[in-house]
Amino acid sequence: MPLTLHLTVNGEAHRVDLTDPRPTLLDVLRERIGLTGTKKGCDRGQCGACTVLLDGQRVNSCLVLAASADGAEVTTIEGLSADGALHPVQAAFIENDAFQCGFCTPGQVMSAVGLLAEGETGGDPERIREGMSGNLCRCAAYPGITAAVMDAFARMEAAEGERADDRARTEDRARQGEPA
Amino acid sequence: MNLFDYVRPATLGEALGAAAHPGAAVLAGGTNLVDLMKAGVARPERIVDISRLPGLSEIETLEDGAIRIGALVGNAALARHPAVKAAAPAVAEAVLAGASAQLRNKASVGGNLLQATRCAYFGDPASACNRRVPGSGCDAKGGDRRGHAVLGWSDACSATNPSDLLVPLAALGAVVEIAGQDGTREVPVAEFHTLPGADGDAGGPQLRHGEIVTAVRLPADAARFAAASRYVKVRERTSFAFALVSAAAALDIEDGTIRAARLALGGVAARPWRAAEAEAALTGKAPDAAAFQAAAEAAMAQARPSAEDNAFKIALALRVAVRALTLAAKGTPERMPALPASVFAPTLSAPSPSAPSFQGTAR
Amino acid sequence: MTDMIEPVSPDTLANGSAHVRLGSNAGQPLTRADGRLKVTGRATFAADNRPDGMLYAVYVSATIARGRVTHLDVDAAKAHPGVVEVMTPANRPPLARDPDAKPHPFALKVDALQNDRVRYAGQPIALVIAETLEAAAEGAVLLAPAYAAEPARMDEATGEIFATEIAGFGNPALFEKGDVEAGLAAAARRVEARYTTPAQYHNAMEPHAIVAAWEGDRLILDMPTQAPALSTAEFASFFGIPPQNVLVRSPFIGGGFGSKAFATGPYLLAMLAARMVGRPVKMVHRRDQQFGPVGHRGATRQTLRLGAAADGRLTALDHTALSTTSSFDDFLEPAANASHNMYASPAMRMAHQGLRNDVGTPGAMRAPGEATGSAALECAMDEAAEACGMDPLAFRLANYAETDPQTGRPFSSKALRECYTAAAERFGWSGRPLAPRQMRDDEGRLVGWGMGSALFPCPMFEAEARATIHADGTGTVEISASEMGQGALTALAQIAADGLGIDGDRLDFRSGDSSLPNGGIAGGSGHTATAGSAIFTAGADAVRRLAEIAVADEASPLFGASNSGVEARGGRLHRVDDPSRSETYAAILSRAGLSSVTGEGKGARDPAAAESRAMFSHGAVFAEVTVDPDLAQIRVTRLVGAFAAGRIVNPRLATSQLTGGMIWGIGFALHEETVYDPRTGRPMNADFAGYHVPVNADVPSVEALLVEETDRHVNALGIKGVGEIGITGTVGAIANALWHATGVRVRDFPVKMETLLG
Repeated sequence: MPLTLHLTVNGEAHRVDLTDPRPTLLDVLRERIGLTGTKKGCDRGQCGACTVLLDGQRVNSCLVLAASADGAEVTTIEGLSADGALHPVQAAFIENDAFQCGFCTPGQVMSAVGLLAEGETGGDPERIREGMSGNLCRCAAYPGITAAVMDAFARMEAAEGERADDRARTEDRARQGEPA
Repeated sequence: MNLFDYVRPATLGEALGAAAHPGAAVLAGGTNLVDLMKAGVARPERIVDISRLPGLSEIETLEDGAIRIGALVGNAALARHPAVKAAAPAVAEAVLAGASAQLRNKASVGGNLLQATRCAYFGDPASACNRRVPGSGCDAKGGDRRGHAVLGWSDACSATNPSDLLVPLAALGAVVEIAGQDGTREVPVAEFHTLPGADGDAGGPQLRHGEIVTAVRLPADAARFAAASRYVKVRERTSFAFALVSAAAALDIEDGTIRAARLALGGVAARPWRAAEAEAALTGKAPDAAAFQAAAEAAMAQARPSAEDNAFKIALALRVAVRALTLAAKGTPERMPALPASVFAPTLSAPSPSAPSFQGTAR
Repeated sequence: MTDMIEPVSPDTLANGSAHVRLGSNAGQPLTRADGRLKVTGRATFAADNRPDGMLYAVYVSATIARGRVTHLDVDAAKAHPGVVEVMTPANRPPLARDPDAKPHPFALKVDALQNDRVRYAGQPIALVIAETLEAAAEGAVLLAPAYAAEPARMDEATGEIFATEIAGFGNPALFEKGDVEAGLAAAARRVEARYTTPAQYHNAMEPHAIVAAWEGDRLILDMPTQAPALSTAEFASFFGIPPQNVLVRSPFIGGGFGSKAFATGPYLLAMLAARMVGRPVKMVHRRDQQFGPVGHRGATRQTLRLGAAADGRLTALDHTALSTTSSFDDFLEPAANASHNMYASPAMRMAHQGLRNDVGTPGAMRAPGEATGSAALECAMDEAAEACGMDPLAFRLANYAETDPQTGRPFSSKALRECYTAAAERFGWSGRPLAPRQMRDDEGRLVGWGMGSALFPCPMFEAEARATIHADGTGTVEISASEMGQGALTALAQIAADGLGIDGDRLDFRSGDSSLPNGGIAGGSGHTATAGSAIFTAGADAVRRLAEIAVADEASPLFGASNSGVEARGGRLHRVDDPSRSETYAAILSRAGLSSVTGEGKGARDPAAAESRAMFSHGAVFAEVTVDPDLAQIRVTRLVGAFAAGRIVNPRLATSQLTGGMIWGIGFALHEETVYDPRTGRPMNADFAGYHVPVNADVPSVEALLVEETDRHVNALGIKGVGEIGITGTVGAIANALWHATGVRVRDFPVKMETLLG
């Protein structure tokens, strides 16, 4: 049963022709589209290496039938940052030595991005540990991972604070009739 | 994974028609079905993808105060929903104690209800399994059954239901809404899975082929327990592990007396084990250690090990029940603990209502 | 964290020169050189390759552990759309080497469809090649193997126990010193205890993966390997081609831990498949296929007998191990050998026996022997300390080995006392009550503290490297080293920059490809020392050649200096007697009309040093566990380790390796166990849901301290190794903390709740 899927991956539209509906989103990303940053560690939803954002939520792409994701927006590790700049989570992973072999890292990073978007942990290390427990790391870089997510949270909070300050200043100026 | 047809019906009616096909399997979040297909445990000829069916992804509070949870509501969305958190905090806690954040984002409520046992022999097509192939036997007998049932099992099957969510749902008297081509029907969550019987009958979900779970309904009455309900889960690692034993406890306490109690256990049987005897034993009692101990003993009175290596689960389940009741009596925490349902989550005060229980040197 | 380390004494470099010094780049806590690639998904692992025309292969795993395959439904598999070919013993192309041969001591027998016998569950019994991964996977299912099964032998009762002269990789299985029985008889306190450890599987996050392609009789392999250059000869021998015809590309390894150092049956099948179909073939193990043909840590049963005098000094130390291996090969986990070098005792006996079961052949898994053996030893030491009424740390200090207990040789360096002090202080060990069940947290949970000593040898193997200084003053260093997470691309490059006397950003470090000079093996915690020595020496050699040119050139400000009268730093040569007289590498080469100078170097242990000294890294690990008093759930709430491992090339990365190893200790102590069906021999928990390794929530606090240590004997650079020592000591520390919390002695790993429940 051949079928054609349309996926928006990292903002780019992809048409994927499949000979049958068996491939998972993970195998479509890796073997059809050629985005191999997303890794296959267990293929059973038990390790988190394949974590991507599907319509904005972190999921295990190994357990998503690609056919069921037809029309979805997918963000993979390749789409997290553009023009050589690093996402705050990526930068924090490097600085906190939050990985060793690097195989689980794309999944860890995407999971952390999803976790921060969920907004339920704040900078609480215990909540971050729990929230990142779906991502195994056999090198066991967990202390660095937790530190990196805390660090990224702080950076993003600070950046958000600056943006809010900027907005406030702009509004002040607008109220006072100054040019923005 | 075998070849299959993939259909994505637009309406429930179409879906029911498509699901009636003899080899059809219904796909929602896919976190269990796709896994089973990879293992070769499920080999459907047709996948009926209901993940986008309209009307099944909402949580609504009905006129009578009941909360209706659409079958396609994601587990994470369920745990985050204000009405659920307010009326049934143990449900939220149980969900957040299960699986991983990624799985919770994708897994649906209906799928959780139908989640297959994690018995290793069920998951291994090379093994005989009455649950997978009725009448084929049970290779778990003679193998590792450390995690197996201590209640309601039979010679045919001693596997347990792995769900966390179903435990508080069963405790709170939730009901499953089922649609079929011949109409709709309802079954209590606590009875949705039949227990194993004789002659290779492993039991299983009460869902006839072609039927689709459309919702789970929490009765309005659940909210009376909202101030004193907890889920406690004992597992082999601190997170991302199935329950060895778990318990959901919910109390309605007024003036130092338990007006009503709800208790269900997880990891001990082929279904979430609603402990009606325990609930009855608690009613009218003061919420103290003696009452909780007596209730837990009542809950486990019929328990018997299904193998040499799982007798410990009886004592463990009893203590988990006591713990859940004890924590519930302390009151639902204002904020979800950092480690939901974990014994390492901070509590209001010391958690040791029963006597010291370790071997070796006493303090 | 270490302070700046003193420079290497250049005199001790085997073939180096006086020109370069370690310590400008090396020693810095740099972030990972490959960090950006790894956090952006651009680090390419083997399975990420997709050459044109590539097919997918999936091998079929035996579901019995002993017997014969009687039927495979090849027709059904071939009829499946997309299936291109099926390989079985009936049509498997010939191999030039018998997979059951052992041409060298490190060779393991492999399963490459040489016959219809099954000798462990998970053994490859057929291979399906298809246009898509999905078709190959379904073809494998459709083969529906039938067997003539024989009962699996999975325990001591059914397996054969045998005597052995060898344990591990060529280590003697028996060591005796003094009279153990007399020592025990004379002891004031005696402890005898039996410990068991289960089969554990490496389970690197990256499953074994290979993309194999033939170009004529050249074999191109993208695969993760801990020994890229060495593996070419191994693979070539199976195909009757010269080693130089095999190219192995292994730029990144997604974790190895010992499982990616050797040829395996499935790898050979993928190479055969590519030849069979004349197209590149990708084969990636499923997670369950990581439990079988890629080695594992064999199960052990160990008995410790300790005697101690009234003052706590050991009178005898007896450590015997029964190590499980396969029915057809001989690797034995050398558990008892972990007691050779740790504590002083006048009488010692370490002995091994083998047990044959129907499992895949075990092999090296992170700290083979040391992990299992130190778990038992450190538990027994704790029991002995209790028997003597002594604090566990004081007991260990009473038995501190000033010289190597096994050989009597002096240690090349040993800062274990400093490790004890540093870790104990950081942990807050003083004031620990001697008796168990004395401590509770503010929630009433039981709290216990335990400790263990850590030790790991620091071997060197052999490696070669090439270093080039270019006309623009930049440098290139080439070596087929392995980046598997330990940080080779970073740490070795730091050594390389120092070897060339240039800044790190002027260096092009090339690695991970078998066509480069042989970097040896990333194993035994010896890669940095071995490859690093080769690299540093190669750099020094290049600088020496450059200096020769400069001091003979009248136009150079260095003219007339003796060769040893100049030194290199920052890409310039300076006169030692007048550092203001200097010249850039670029200027020297430019005037000489040369585009580059190249040096070569080797790394290996100095045999004289090896004969005269005992060489080990040491450490101390302290653990705090919290235990729910009723429900027996355990959490390791704190781990503090301190380690002395010679020169630390990159403290940031070394610390991560050590904490990673310590967390392996948590997994060993509390989680990891393979559950085999006793009848079929099939691992029933061959996935991450069943085979638990620690998750993030299991690791609230882990700290590794680096204790400064200078070692002038291990090698000229003073480097020991940090890859494996972290797991040693930690397992015992956790088990001992559990006793301190609960009063229950845990002797079977992993610890189970029911052991603690009354």
